[in-house]
Amino acid sequence: MKRFDTKRMVTLAVCAAVAMILSYLESLFPLHFAVPGIKIGLANISVIFVLYRFGAGEAIVVSLLRIFWLAILFGNVMTLIYSVCGALLSLIGMVLLKKTRRFSEVGISIAGGVLHNAGQIMAAAVLMDMAQIVYYLPVLIISGTAAGVAVGIISAVLIKRVRI
Amino acid sequence: MKPLSQKYKNDIRLAVGLFTLAVIALVLLFCFREDGGYVSVVQDGVEIAQYPLSKEQTVVIPDENGDSNTLVIKDHTANITDATCPDKLCVKQSAVSYNGETIVCLPHKLVIKVVSDTQAEVDITA
Repeated sequence: MKRFDTKRMVTLAVCAAVAMILSYLESLFPLHFAVPGIKIGLANISVIFVLYRFGAGEAIVVSLLRIFWLAILFGNVMTLIYSVCGALLSLIGMVLLKKTRRFSEVGISIAGGVLHNAGQIMAAAVLMDMAQIVYYLPVLIISGTAAGVAVGIISAVLIKRVRI
Repeated sequence: MKPLSQKYKNDIRLAVGLFTLAVIALVLLFCFREDGGYVSVVQDGVEIAQYPLSKEQTVVIPDENGDSNTLVIKDHTANITDATCPDKLCVKQSAVSYNGETIVCLPHKLVIKVVSDTQAEVDITA
């Protein structure tokens, strides 16, 4: 699976495209509670799928491709920095947790969701020189955990059922 | 029903652990909160103004790109009621009145932060 072949490249490209569409769909139905940044993180379904079916490197490429293209199409430089920090922390956490072999897709998805929020909050705290922003973290941990469970279950089903 | 595999047990432990941690943090934040005296307006990391929460007023905060946020102080709470940014996340955040609470507008690099009376005095004399 590691050698370069067209099918693998195209499959990864489709996964990146699916991740982008999921992000876009999610942005159409924003969730607004007391705290900003609450998201389901549907795009993580695609990233976790790639992480299990291909590997860590491929998952990082798909995730970063999604972020850069979304930033180019809809966002700006500031949101790009937050997204990259969140995504990198989330990916590192998911890859390490998967290596331990002690958690299922759901556990990895929970860690991914919570770390994505944590990474964004830390980036915001540093960039805006605002330590107070970490007050948002408890709520974001709860929302990240709940969203992670949902995303993890969907991912687990897809990893089991989808044949490429 | 067959027993859950060890992996799923670990998943549940992780979820419950994170949830408990967050709830403890929330309870602590809730217990130690104090009424704020002033609202501090920080733009791009620099404090540009302070307004007392005791006085009802509406302030329009412009930035260098011609965008602005409207801050309303009423009933000892501060709230952003309007903004020229596309996502309006700052408008959707709830009103603040306790020490350390913030409203953040990322596109305009604007932070509205509640500070206590003593903190405000220190900042003014410093």
